[in-house]
Order: sequence, then structure tokens, then C-alpha cells
Amino acid sequence: MSAVRLLVGTRKGAFVLTSDASRRSWSVEGPHFVGWEVYHLKGSPADPDRIYASQSSSWSGQVVQRSNDGGKSWETVGNDFTYQGHPGTHQWYDGSPHPWEFARVWHFEPSLDDPDTVYAGVEDAALFRSTDAGKSWQELAGLRENETGTSWQPGAGGMAVHTIIQDPSDQQRMFVAISAAGVFRTDDGGETWNRKNKGLHSEFMPDPDAEVGHCVHRIAQHPARPSTLFMQKHWDVMRSDDAGDSWTEVSGDLPTDFGFPIAINANDPNTVYVVPITSDSVHYPPQGRLRVYRSRSGGGEWEPLTEGLPQTHCYTNVLRDAMDVDHLDPCGVYFGTTGGQVYGSSDDGDHWTAIVEHLPAVLSVEVQDLA
Amino acid sequence: MTQQEVTHGVQHDVRVLLPTQLRTLAGVPREVSVSVVGDVTQRSVLDALEASLPSLGGTIRDRATARRRPFIRYFACGEDLSQESPDALLPDAVVSGREPFIVLGAIAGG
Repeated sequence: MSAVRLLVGTRKGAFVLTSDASRRSWSVEGPHFVGWEVYHLKGSPADPDRIYASQSSSWSGQVVQRSNDGGKSWETVGNDFTYQGHPGTHQWYDGSPHPWEFARVWHFEPSLDDPDTVYAGVEDAALFRSTDAGKSWQELAGLRENETGTSWQPGAGGMAVHTIIQDPSDQQRMFVAISAAGVFRTDDGGETWNRKNKGLHSEFMPDPDAEVGHCVHRIAQHPARPSTLFMQKHWDVMRSDDAGDSWTEVSGDLPTDFGFPIAINANDPNTVYVVPITSDSVHYPPQGRLRVYRSRSGGGEWEPLTEGLPQTHCYTNVLRDAMDVDHLDPCGVYFGTTGGQVYGSSDDGDHWTAIVEHLPAVLSVEVQDLA
Repeated sequence: MTQQEVTHGVQHDVRVLLPTQLRTLAGVPREVSVSVVGDVTQRSVLDALEASLPSLGGTIRDRATARRRPFIRYFACGEDLSQESPDALLPDAVVSGREPFIVLGAIAGG
């Protein structure tokens, strides 16, 4: 591996950051799609030159961009995300029925082995798939038509499919996470979906055993241990060792277990990273000190990582799609903040440097390992 | 005599002004020209615009409902036509090309 590329989506465009394997010196290229929100960009694992980007604005809606040359040039592709059939209603914030309406793509997940196949997680919560490199999109309606769909409701940021995980050991198995519904798993390639929220508890819901309605912020899986999932929930850091069938809390000694992203070290499925945030109403790190917390034991025991991160007067947030890892050894860990900084560590998180400091608010960070 | 009777089957070259974001997206200058056959309405102009510039599909009108997006406004001849029916005939000055049909991003925010 000779290079690492970061795809950074922001409130006002996209940026591409590139370094050689030393990860000491970075080039910053952009902005692309100036003035538009870029919720997410992601490259194909099968062809790193193929990248999909979600470009949107309140004025002009959703645009999908595709690059075939690693982000140097872009072309618009299909943006017709029409729900299958008559989508009906879900719950609004006040519990009343609200029509299902497409708002934007939150997350693209390219297929593990086909550059032309890509999944899109959208708001209002649904999953779409394209098999023609983004020209056309078809809903995998079995998710939205899950028996609980009418009871899903938005979190503060909207009601969206924000996490899509393809199981590398089973082509028919995928996981998605929805705010605020929870985790769902398919074992038949996306036709049917089952809720996988047993063990989750959310204090804002009166039923302690509710199987939907949980505001799951992010889930992560290590490809070497696909039955184990880690979750950053609205509150609580959780772990499942049975592919989501049950969850146990591993918040342990974290200073707060509220947060958005969660990531796993590429070289060790027991090493997990979170960024604790003060609370649901105070979206900045406790005491204004930006600390990544690392567990080397698969949760439970956590250590703060502060070297190179601001430890005074830091009042930024790190959003759910804004943290990722590379596959070098030692592992590189990267995250972006709502203050426009992108931080990187090339030694498992022991030391951090600001790769770039004055971008628009960062919405997403994805890592590409380049040959 | 109504415009509909006048324009039936006739091709009109209609000038359209686009907001900055959409110009950049489509890679076109501020003003473009579209050919409309028959009635010149919001719908026929925007249909022609999207046919010639497919990247604008869904950016002015919602894909699912075909309704004007909430922060988009339409103007022509000094008038706000945003609330007019999409099938209402546009002013003669737009039909003749003397005045453009203006697509505008509404002011929102500080």
C-alpha cells in the first residue's frame, strides 16, 4: 500500500486529502460541489477510482455525483429515489402520522465486489440499490415495509438510514441502522428484514423492552469477526456477539456514553474508538476537551487519547459518519469535526495531528487505502 | 384569442435564467434557451429544460410530486409566478423571448 486518501464531506462542499503511507504530509484538494452539503462520499472497495458522492441542498434537493478517476473529475448520475408503491406514513415527532418523503441520501455503501453496485441509505428512512453505477435506483422496500415501519420516528437530525454494513462472510446478510428506529438485519440479500434491538434501552421510551424506536447513531463491524458489532447509541455504547440478536452495554468507564461515531482498529477487532460528547443537549466534548476514547478489550475499559488534540476550549462535535480507519500497521485513525478540523493518527490513536483545520463543518470522513 | 390557440404546435425558444448553484451543476451560463413546442407554461418550460440538461432533474421540482421545491421561486416580467398553476400560460413576452423565465433560489437564512 502506497497511499491513503480521505474523502471528506462538509456543509459546503467535498475535499480529498491524500498522503503516502507515512501519513505525515497531506495534500488537500477541493472544494468540490462548492456551496452544497455533501453528507457522504465513499469509494468502491473493488475499484478505488470509483467514488459516489451525495450532494444536496435545501434549495435544490438531491444530486448524486460519481467519479471514475479517484475524485479528480465528477459527473452527475441518477437522483430519482422514488419509494416503491404507496409508502404511507411513519410517526412524526409528536407521534402523529407523517407521509414518507424523500429528503436526501445520508450514506452510500458500494458493494464489496462490484463497482457498479451501490447501496444508498436515505431520509426518510429507506434503502435503495443501484446496479448500474448510480444511473437508476430501486428501493429494497422490505426494510421500510417491515412490520414496525409505521412506528418509526425521526431523531433530531431526521429519520434516516445512516449505516449500511455488508457482511463479508455472507453475501446475503446486511445490517442497517436507522435513527430513530434501531438496527435491522437481512439474511436474504435485502428482501426481508428483522429488527435486531434486543438489549437496547432508551430512557425516552416508556417500554423498557421496546424493539424499535432506539436512536442508534452508528454501528461498526470488523471483517475478521463479522458476528461482533459495536454500537454508539444516542446514549450507551453497546456490543453484540451474535450478529445483532442481542446487545450488552460496554460503556464501562467512559466519562459519558453519549456520542455519534464508533470505529474499530483494522488490525485488532478488540480495539474500538469512540468520541464521548457531553450529552444529547450539549453537543461538545466534556469540559471542552477533545478526547478520543480507545478500548483494547472490546469495550468496558476505555482510555482517553489526547496527545495532539485540543484540551481547552474545544466545543465542536464529531458526527456519526465522520470517523474512519485505514488498513496500515499501525492503524491510522481519522475524524472530522463540526469546527472544520480533520485530525489523523498514524499510530492507533496514540498521537494526533490536525491534517486540515479550517474546512466547513465536517459531515463525513471515509478512508481509502490505495495500492 | 388566447395564447393557447396562438401557440398550438408552434416551437418557441424560451430564455431561462438559472440560479448560481444550478448553473454550476449543469455547467451552463446564467441564461439558457430551451425549445418548447405548443403551450408555454411552467411545466412545458421546465420539462424542456430538464430534457436538455438532465442534471437539473429533481433540483427545481420535486421528483416524486413534480411540485416546485419549497425554496425555489419563479419570476417573469417583474411578476412572481411561483404560486401560479404549473399549467398556466406564461406571459407573451416570455413566449416571444423578449423576457426570460427566471428560476430563483428564495432568500433563506441570514
